[in-house]
Amino acid sequence: MRKPAARMWKGALWLFCALVALWLAAPSLIVIPLSLTDKPSFSFPPTGWSTRWYTNFFQDPSWVGALASSLQVGALVAVVATIAGTAAAAALTRSAFRGQQTVKAILLAPMIAPVIVVAVGLYALFLRTNLLGTTLGFVIAHSVLALPFVIIPVTASLNGFDRRLESAAAICGANRWTTFRQVTLPLVAPGVISGALFAFVTSFDEVVLSLFIQSPYLQTLPVKMYASVTRDTDPTIAAAATLILGLTTVLTLTTTFYIARRNRVR
Amino acid sequence: MATVEALVAGPITADTVIDQAAPSKRWGRLGLLVPAGLLLIIGFIVPLVIMLWYAFTDPSVGFGNFAWYLGDAVQQRILLRTFTTAVNVTVICLLLGYPYAYAMVAAGPKLRAVLTLLVLVPFWTSLMVRTFAWVILLQDHGPIQSLLATVGLGQIPLIRTNLGVVIGMSQVLLPFFVLPLYAVMTNIDRRLILASSSLGAGPITSFFRIWLPLSLPGVGAGSLIVFISSLGFYVTPALLGSPGNSLISQQIFTQVNGLLQWGRAGTMGVVLIVITLAILAILALVIGRSTSTIKGVR
Repeated sequence: MRKPAARMWKGALWLFCALVALWLAAPSLIVIPLSLTDKPSFSFPPTGWSTRWYTNFFQDPSWVGALASSLQVGALVAVVATIAGTAAAAALTRSAFRGQQTVKAILLAPMIAPVIVVAVGLYALFLRTNLLGTTLGFVIAHSVLALPFVIIPVTASLNGFDRRLESAAAICGANRWTTFRQVTLPLVAPGVISGALFAFVTSFDEVVLSLFIQSPYLQTLPVKMYASVTRDTDPTIAAAATLILGLTTVLTLTTTFYIARRNRVR
Repeated sequence: MATVEALVAGPITADTVIDQAAPSKRWGRLGLLVPAGLLLIIGFIVPLVIMLWYAFTDPSVGFGNFAWYLGDAVQQRILLRTFTTAVNVTVICLLLGYPYAYAMVAAGPKLRAVLTLLVLVPFWTSLMVRTFAWVILLQDHGPIQSLLATVGLGQIPLIRTNLGVVIGMSQVLLPFFVLPLYAVMTNIDRRLILASSSLGAGPITSFFRIWLPLSLPGVGAGSLIVFISSLGFYVTPALLGSPGNSLISQQIFTQVNGLLQWGRAGTMGVVLIVITLAILAILALVIGRSTSTIKGVR
């Protein structure tokens, strides 16, 4: 009596999950067919096909410029946030001091603080210090948001790390720098690399802070997209969205496979 | 006294001993916090202090902005709408996310990998791309509206409505609900279910008496993240909603961008942060109490 009922429940659960999975993954994918429409409208599904919106994207200096700024800021943020975050993670895991939990909570606070409030405050600060629309301003703002995404994975790999290996290296005569470079860094590399990736993606994706600290001279891709959605119906934005989708997918998959392979080799 | 503090600070590890032996090395290690600390001060703490400062000083020193905020019926409606939107989004994430996380735990390794991948897809898909996709899906005469019309539900307005905002936000935030819940569920000892069924409990009793209570910390963590993120969400409500049904984050934007009312924007920022902290504090208290009761039962 119980068995068919159990099977029915199981079937219902899987059907439900398939629908949820579809709901999670499918919406973003509709930008791909939309980017290939032949009409200057957002009507979906498209009725004819063309690649004119990609041509448009690469011939319009404001789109290409936004892409270039995003890549540049993202790369700088990956470097800055990874160095600062890895150092902070090392300090948090390697020494015990009073207020450690508080320091950790403050470092992770940007993850849950309402971004809009930080954005307005940052706008006021950058207005006074002439940092609006500068690369430096963008790098500072995005690095703060990216820090938790570096600290979390690096702390995890430092915690799962056999400290005796460092002592062993020291006993064998390595100085602190050599120990760090030849023993510590290779072992925590997967954490650092995924931190760097998350930092890049966080910056590449950031909209709210960027909306406030941008200027007509320096816009990142999400800012340009935001302006485009609110202003007009130009499918070039769908081409931009497809390019972003492709870039972040390739980046994430490469890193995931790299880390998976490394872990298997060890 | 010093020993008491050391005990309070945590277990003494090899590190603590080394640190006491070599204070200079200890300071060197704390120096590693300097780059992150500087970034955080410039990019996070100073902006928040500026907002706090504006709230109490612009245009004049005092509680004028707060008096305005508490007395303004429009602002109260917006705050209430922000709350109901956040509650709706959290409930939808709970209803969709709980079975999904359960299935992730119950599935075999291959299927689990697929389900995990699908819940991670939104993580590396840009927020802007996903919101834009929802603009397309929800637009008038768009795919969802035509689907609803074919089913016979007629033309339900979706974009520029609160319904559209809730749909978009719950899709964007669902992974933040599923992942912490999944982490808690994988750590539940499955033998407890076997034990309860060997004692004669049916699957439904086992679920409600064993599985559900043990998964509650994950539900709490997931709901907390989703609820707090919903309160301060800007991009999705700005693009899927309308000025007529705006949320507090859009109001903050308007006060600064359109009206140059820095003090009022600061006030709303303070309100938002105080609410966030209050929710965190209440939940920390509740979780602390419930885990201590569980421990007590054991």
